[in-house]
Amino acid sequence: MKIAVCIKQVPDTWSEKRLSPSDATLDRAAAEGVLNELDEYAIEEALRLKEGHGGEVTVVTMGPERAADTIRKALSMGADAGLHLCDEALHGSDACATSDALARILAGRGFDLVIFGCESTDARMSVIPAMVAERLDWPQATFAAEVQVAAGVLTVRRQTEAGVDTVTANLPAVVSVVEKINEPRYPSFKGIMAAKKKPVETLSLADTGIEAATVGLAAAWSAVTDFAARPPRAQGEIMSDDGDGGRRIADYLVTNRLI
Amino acid sequence: MTPMAGVTDPDLLGDLSGLLTDEQRQFAALVRSYLDDQIRPHLSDWFEAGHLPVREIARGLGSLGVLGMQLSDYGCVGADPISYGVVCTELEAADSGLRSLVSVTGSLAMFALRTYGSQQQRTEWLPALARGEAVGCFGLTEPDAGSDPAAMRTTAHRTPGGDWLLNGRKMWITNGSVADIAIVWARTETGIAGFLVPTGTPGFTAVDIPRKMSLRASITSELILDGVRLPADAVLPDVRGLGSALTCLNEARFGIIFGVMGAARDCLTTALEYAHTRQAFGRPIGSFQLQQRALVEMAAAYTSGVLLAHRLGSLKARQGLRPEQVSLGKFANVSAALGIARQARAILGGSGITLDYPIVRHLLNLESVLTYEGTHDIHTLIVGAALTGERAFT
Ligand SMILES: Cc1cc2nc3c(=O)[nH]c(=O)nc-3n(C[C@H](O)[C@H](O)[C@H](O)COP(=O)(O)OP(=O)(O)OC[C@H]3O[C@@H](n4cnc5c(N)ncnc54)[C@H](O)[C@@H]3O)c2cc1C
Ligand SMILES: Cc1cc2nc3c(=O)[nH]c(=O)nc-3n(C[C@H](O)[C@H](O)[C@H](O)COP(=O)(O)OP(=O)(O)OC[C@H]3O[C@@H](n4cnc5c(N)ncnc54)[C@H](O)[C@@H]3O)c2cc1C
Repeated sequence: MKIAVCIKQVPDTWSEKRLSPSDATLDRAAAEGVLNELDEYAIEEALRLKEGHGGEVTVVTMGPERAADTIRKALSMGADAGLHLCDEALHGSDACATSDALARILAGRGFDLVIFGCESTDARMSVIPAMVAERLDWPQATFAAEVQVAAGVLTVRRQTEAGVDTVTANLPAVVSVVEKINEPRYPSFKGIMAAKKKPVETLSLADTGIEAATVGLAAAWSAVTDFAARPPRAQGEIMSDDGDGGRRIADYLVTNRLI
Repeated sequence: MTPMAGVTDPDLLGDLSGLLTDEQRQFAALVRSYLDDQIRPHLSDWFEAGHLPVREIARGLGSLGVLGMQLSDYGCVGADPISYGVVCTELEAADSGLRSLVSVTGSLAMFALRTYGSQQQRTEWLPALARGEAVGCFGLTEPDAGSDPAAMRTTAHRTPGGDWLLNGRKMWITNGSVADIAIVWARTETGIAGFLVPTGTPGFTAVDIPRKMSLRASITSELILDGVRLPADAVLPDVRGLGSALTCLNEARFGIIFGVMGAARDCLTTALEYAHTRQAFGRPIGSFQLQQRALVEMAAAYTSGVLLAHRLGSLKARQGLRPEQVSLGKFANVSAALGIARQARAILGGSGITLDYPIVRHLLNLESVLTYEGTHDIHTLIVGAALTGERAFT
């Protein structure tokens, strides 16, 4: 089975995120870049499927040059190859352009299954898996808490508020996973050493046939027109209880629309 | 260049991460993230309870490739000395007990088997020890023979049938009561020999040493060998007297030279954070000159210690280390780390004595590190002998 896993480099979860004053995009240089945490679960699921069925796992990312670190991390966990779409023109791409680019580099490579995390920790739109599936015209089974493949058929279990959905689809298909699905493995020293020798293909926009005018900040369907830093936390308000403390706390909560 | 302002990472001052290759940096980052997720949250509880889940931790570290990482076969990684060193730094930044576990398994038990063991002994035990599925210990010290191991009383007698009979006691043995095998050093008719002793052999008992106030997150035991009968092939065939045991110790000491700088780093980081946030007299305590001097002394000692460790690491990689070079490293870096821990302890004021911060734990642990693997005094005298040509300790 040929499996692709789409992974994104995001600013370290604990770092303070900033927008660049010049173009209102996320300042990715300001914080350390890490592998989007949910994508570790996607990689783990792919590795388990490979261990069960044989095959190959390719990790795919669209991102700046240093996103290559994220590919290395996935390779050190056990993925076999990397595919990196890296082009200045992609900077500031919205979800439409990102999904278009990902679909184009995924198509025609013989993948049976493409696995995504269900959300990135920086933009958190949770839309890329569905958009990519639509563009590929493949079935999508999103928010999977369990994935099985047998005889060319994918079966996914998804936890919902009402119960558990069981969804099946023919391969090739797109899956996005939730963190309940597994416990991602740590890389190992041997994995780190082996990763250096695994193939990583780097593509530019020209290699994909995407026109530069259709991607990047200028082509985005939505635009950030203004932004402001969150005001610093104000001094708390101290109320002394003169017998009506409970009512005053309730009033406060109502005024601030907290209840 | 813009000046630095308000850092809490002591590596930044000397740009110490620049000493590392990408691969060394990735090894260290992997160990650090494993420890942050799996181990750090429990350390103060384990320390307080005097407990360490050695087997679970060995399996975890084994799956990363930490155990015996300097060895290059039998499932081991074959890492260079500095990689091993920076991994020891990360381990000891968490707790000296973890680094002890790894030193004893990798540098003492596995190294002894790899260097002096038979083919059969190696294939039977090294892969399992590397995976952390088996645990090893190393029994050299005795109740009445510590700094002077040549005074050991444990004996191994050859029976007419060719078996060995071991009798004696070993003291202060890390991992002793949890180990599957013990490398035991004993006196024979022909000199000191090493033995591979499965801990399930009748006559072998291990009793934990209670009431320790240091290395509490580490198992330390007394081994009692009461007529332990071993087959002829339990002896490590390539051992050539006590010198072989001391060669193993030099491997472990090398890890300590890097390791203690981890404990120092953790203390310094904690103190820097505290100095930024703690207020006294309406100002952060880091704004007072005395506290700044303490932080600067700590940062200078830390940076020098890391540089010394790296120098010794590259010498080891290139040409190997002489015993007095290892002694110089242990002498300098353990006392530097202790000094840093003590200063950090004071910067935290009252908070510095609780297990809510890692400092007092490091401080207490380092007291053991000062003593084991050759006491500070003995290393002083080894370097002294190298400088003067006069041996002052026998
Ligand atoms: C603060 C912020 C706000 C934004 N607001 C908008 C907006 O309003 N509208 C808009 O169209 N765009 C917006 N973007 C742009 C958006 O980040 C990118 O288009 C992004 O590539 C897709 O969205 P996501 O990160 O939310 O992905 P999600 O849909 O949350 O991610 C799900 C999964 O898709 C995969 N994936 C995501 N990105 C990549 C990638 N680059 N390479 C490989 N796999 C990937 C991963 O598996 C990930 O787990 C915003 C970005 C930021 C940082
Ligand atoms: C937590 C812990 C774990 C340990 N783990 C192990 C282990 O796994 N395996 C193992 O074999 N051992 C282990 N040890 C033992 C350790 O190596 C010994 O404690 C150490 O070698 C010192 O021996 P001693 O305690 O008998 O002290 P002694 O040798 O009795 O020394 C007492 C004091 O006298 C000083 N002294 C001795 N001789 C001289 C001299 N010639 N000149 C000047 N001063 C001198 C010493 O420096 C020291 O200050 C461990 C110890 C501890 C505390």
